Amino acid sequence: MEKEFIPRITSFVCKWCTYTGADLAGTSRLQYPTSIILLKVLCSSRIDPVFLIKSYLKGADGVLIGGCHPGDCHYETGNYHTRRRFKILTEIFSTLGLPKERLRLSWISASEGPKFAQVSNEFTDKIENLGPNNARENMFL
Amino acid sequence: MNKVIKIENGTKQGVLNFLEHLITTDKISGVLTLRKINEKGICDYGFISDAKELKFADPFAPVMPINAAQTLSSLTPTTKPIAAIIKPCELRGFVERVKRVQGSMKNVLLISYTCGGVLPLNTFQGDGSEKIIADYYNAISKGETPGSIRPTCKACEYFVPMMADITIPLLGNSESESECSLIMNSEFAIQISKEFQCEIITSELDSKIIDKVLAVRISEKEKLYNKTKVTKDGLDELVNIFGKCVGCHGCSRVCPICYCVMCDFESHNFDYNIEIFETELEQKGALRLPPDTVFFQIGRLAHMSFSCVGCGQCEDVCPANIPVATIFKKVGEATAGLFDYIPGKDLEEAIPVMIFKEEEFEEIGK
Repeated sequence: MEKEFIPRITSFVCKWCTYTGADLAGTSRLQYPTSIILLKVLCSSRIDPVFLIKSYLKGADGVLIGGCHPGDCHYETGNYHTRRRFKILTEIFSTLGLPKERLRLSWISASEGPKFAQVSNEFTDKIENLGPNNARENMFL
Repeated sequence: MNKVIKIENGTKQGVLNFLEHLITTDKISGVLTLRKINEKGICDYGFISDAKELKFADPFAPVMPINAAQTLSSLTPTTKPIAAIIKPCELRGFVERVKRVQGSMKNVLLISYTCGGVLPLNTFQGDGSEKIIADYYNAISKGETPGSIRPTCKACEYFVPMMADITIPLLGNSESESECSLIMNSEFAIQISKEFQCEIITSELDSKIIDKVLAVRISEKEKLYNKTKVTKDGLDELVNIFGKCVGCHGCSRVCPICYCVMCDFESHNFDYNIEIFETELEQKGALRLPPDTVFFQIGRLAHMSFSCVGCGQCEDVCPANIPVATIFKKVGEATAGLFDYIPGKDLEEAIPVMIFKEEEFEEIGK
């Protein structure tokens, strides 16, 4: 029997919005897949694009960034910088022919528990369709 | 139209006369320029403060022993004015470094010229390079692209200096053997050269030659990108290309943009310890050593590609002949293009990752 593919999605989430949103999803007893592995950071702008590259090359099937909506950053402008860096990274991925659809950035506020669950479900579905990340098996990396 | 100093002498000799005047009249304390080490023509960069030593200077030698942006930024800020004769890409690299507070434009008389490209280090510094160099000068005086220059130089569109105080027309200048013109672009240049006895006219670069060279360079660029097929085949092709990498990090050491004293990729952040090795082996059954060569390159792209000036130094020093510069140039064009950013064009233009607009890329974050 073929082993069932359960994606692993490394998710970097900001403490003030998305992580609290995930908490809300939990306390509201909303279902979201176990594929989401949360890593809490103080601000989404703390995420060096290198973290995403490392995650991808080490075999994460998807990489998710969660942050506050533009204008709502706890540190005022952090997420605007995140947005630029994310855009630069996806541009690098598409120029090099790497699968940029494995990267996702979503703005999820502390009150958006249902949105967190929805994003998790959507992104997991998408990754399931894409299949496993072949970098995980690549022993020449 | 700009003020132009005309000197009845060959371009090289004319520039040296001008510099001699600036040094002996104490206008500048010295000049950063390429020098000839020996009769074979091997060159290095040197800072000359005694006018007598100018006889060793060879400011237009088609070679880049290091990217002068690195040296120049370590010489600044200075209390007394200095001059520097550098190539357009080195100048752009310097501007990018100044934006990163690694140097200062103050008190630096930046002299640059329309550049015909440089020869790879091993061609220039090797035996029998005399003929190649003679052919090179012959080609650029006609405005042609010499066949022996670096691949990225052949594909370079920014051969006209930006932000230079003084521009010297060299490329396509058939009279460079008999006369020398210095185009003054800034008030600083005009002030500092006030006492120099010479003919002054108003003129500018010949746009016909510029357009002709530009057309050739653009078509060469397309050819180069097609040859390096990295951009189509994704991860497998990257593994093929960087599979040769010896992990020396020389490409970042010589890069004018990579200024970090402690590179993130050489820090303990990305160290491999025995647990990481064991976990990876359990997963894959085999490992590449040294690890993370592809990661290093993509990571560096994320950190600095939008500021890449395409000088080609990384590719030239690569012991494994990996087309690093071509990849960086291509990706850099894409990432800088997102913000209509041209690295080193304008000191006032902020580095893309240092600023933001509230309303941009609104498709992201849904």
